[in-house]
Amino acid sequence: MHKKKVLMKGNEAIAESAIIAGCRYYFGYPITPQNEIPAYMSWRMPQVGGVFLQSESELAAINMVFGASAAGARVMTSTSSPGISLMMEGISYIASAELPCVIVNMMRGGPGLGNIAPAQSDYFQSTKGGGHGDYRLIVLAGNSVQEMANLTVEAFDLADYYRNPVLLLGDGILGQMSEPLILPEPPANKKLPPKDWALTGAKGRKKNVIRTLWLHPENKLELHNVNLYKKYEKIKKELLKYETYLIDDAEIVLIAYGTSSRAAKSVINKLRDENIKVGLIRPITLWPFPEKIINNIANSKRKFLVIEMSMGQMVEDVKLAVAEKSPVYFLGRAGGWIPNEETIIKKIKEIK
Amino acid sequence: MKVVFKRPESMTENRMHYCPGCGHSIVHRLVAEVVDELGIREKIIGIAPVGCAVLAYDYWDFDVSEAPHGRPPAVATGIKRVHPDKVVFTYQGDGDLAAIGIAEIIHTANRSENISVIFINNTVYGMTGGQMAPTTLLNQKTTTTPAGRTPQVAGYPIKVCELLSVLEGSKYLERTAVDTPANILKTKKAIKKAFQIQIEKKGFSLIEILSACPTNWGMTPKEAVKHISQNLVKYFPLGVIKDTTNEN
Repeated sequence: MHKKKVLMKGNEAIAESAIIAGCRYYFGYPITPQNEIPAYMSWRMPQVGGVFLQSESELAAINMVFGASAAGARVMTSTSSPGISLMMEGISYIASAELPCVIVNMMRGGPGLGNIAPAQSDYFQSTKGGGHGDYRLIVLAGNSVQEMANLTVEAFDLADYYRNPVLLLGDGILGQMSEPLILPEPPANKKLPPKDWALTGAKGRKKNVIRTLWLHPENKLELHNVNLYKKYEKIKKELLKYETYLIDDAEIVLIAYGTSSRAAKSVINKLRDENIKVGLIRPITLWPFPEKIINNIANSKRKFLVIEMSMGQMVEDVKLAVAEKSPVYFLGRAGGWIPNEETIIKKIKEIK
Repeated sequence: MKVVFKRPESMTENRMHYCPGCGHSIVHRLVAEVVDELGIREKIIGIAPVGCAVLAYDYWDFDVSEAPHGRPPAVATGIKRVHPDKVVFTYQGDGDLAAIGIAEIIHTANRSENISVIFINNTVYGMTGGQMAPTTLLNQKTTTTPAGRTPQVAGYPIKVCELLSVLEGSKYLERTAVDTPANILKTKKAIKKAFQIQIEKKGFSLIEILSACPTNWGMTPKEAVKHISQNLVKYFPLGVIKDTTNEN
């Protein structure tokens, strides 16, 4: 069907892949560097009988997502870092109400207004909560236009399967750059649970209520928290995506995701030519985090170098996973910069 | 024997948590009666607000969603866009609609989203314990205006219907009260009209209902009802504020 290679910007590829996944509702607010997504959706959604709506704010956008999801539809929004901060309230409610949806964050520099250049400084916000309360998002981070497109299609199935919001995490580069890709196939009809909880009018059934408030004295909120926790543990067991590259004999293992993983991977063969044994672990699910593989290969003869476009966020999860079995080093750039090959090679030679 | 009065089908048997004299219980029942009369129990979806009325879903026997504080119009928009043939309404208080959610209500009205809004104006935050609301009257004492609201410090009470009336998208705006049997019947009529406008796909409507909060007004239920009749209606005039549903 879509076998031909096409050249698309990451943002557009994500938008088209959402359509392929059966998403027919998009709500969003303009913010750079993800504006190609709403622009694409504004003409594409009407073509496929879907709805595009430019909301008055990110607060409204995420709550329109709440409503469309509660009504049983496949729905998406997209934004960039400051917009995610505004959506955090809604995301907490969506997570508690267990409403499936896909949220795209094309990260830019922060804090505050920051700048519009690519960054990875929303890792904490994406993986540790961000909004209030005990909840988790499934966080998917690709490193190419092709992979972001594939993950977009998968994200909708994961959201419906687990009744959980899924965050697709990219950055300004992944959104803005064009790469050739083969548009993904529609989802493989994984057996999805029926949306018998959705608000469709109480016809021929008892009423449905979408709620997040549990005031009852009989401890229903804790029960709700425990049930969410069990779901998160199940996701941890069943869903883990990462790429490894030449780690078996590696003395230095690089750990990086998204755009910075491209820079990291690019130095490995060069250094191996110089007989410096370097490998890479690239987390694709940032939550759940691939801690086991990291822990399994950690030992006193290995060193880890975490490379991020931030002042050091994922490095904390790597340290937890390594559990002091190996030294962990960090290399980061902020403000829209990407650690380049030279800097990475210099750092590797320093710690070798 | 003839049945002359019974619980509407759209209500549950749950005992309400509202204080004596609170207007919510009256309006909940009016909504349920209208839903029964229009025969739309199986196609209506309500949105309950943050505040005392969040538990409306315990009392109505049809589909209901919660929404974050102030966001019911956005949630309703999402639901209505997915189910344009269902009847979707929000039920909101004055803090929810006129303070934290003022942007959402303005833009939802401006888009003429084909939903109905039941707006309870009792001039005070109820659930959090009687703080000043955007609709709190001048000189009204609340826990955050202990000496009474002054315009110098806290500005003026917002007239929501009048504010929304300037938007092309708002099609039907009416202010009623639940202080007398006659006004309660008028309120029911207004709610019914709002739902009918939606069923006829005529666009956005809002019914503002002046309602008593005896607990946070520091009044008996009887005094509170009188306060509506004597004071609230002077600042918030009753009647149809805007009706363009017959224009093309």
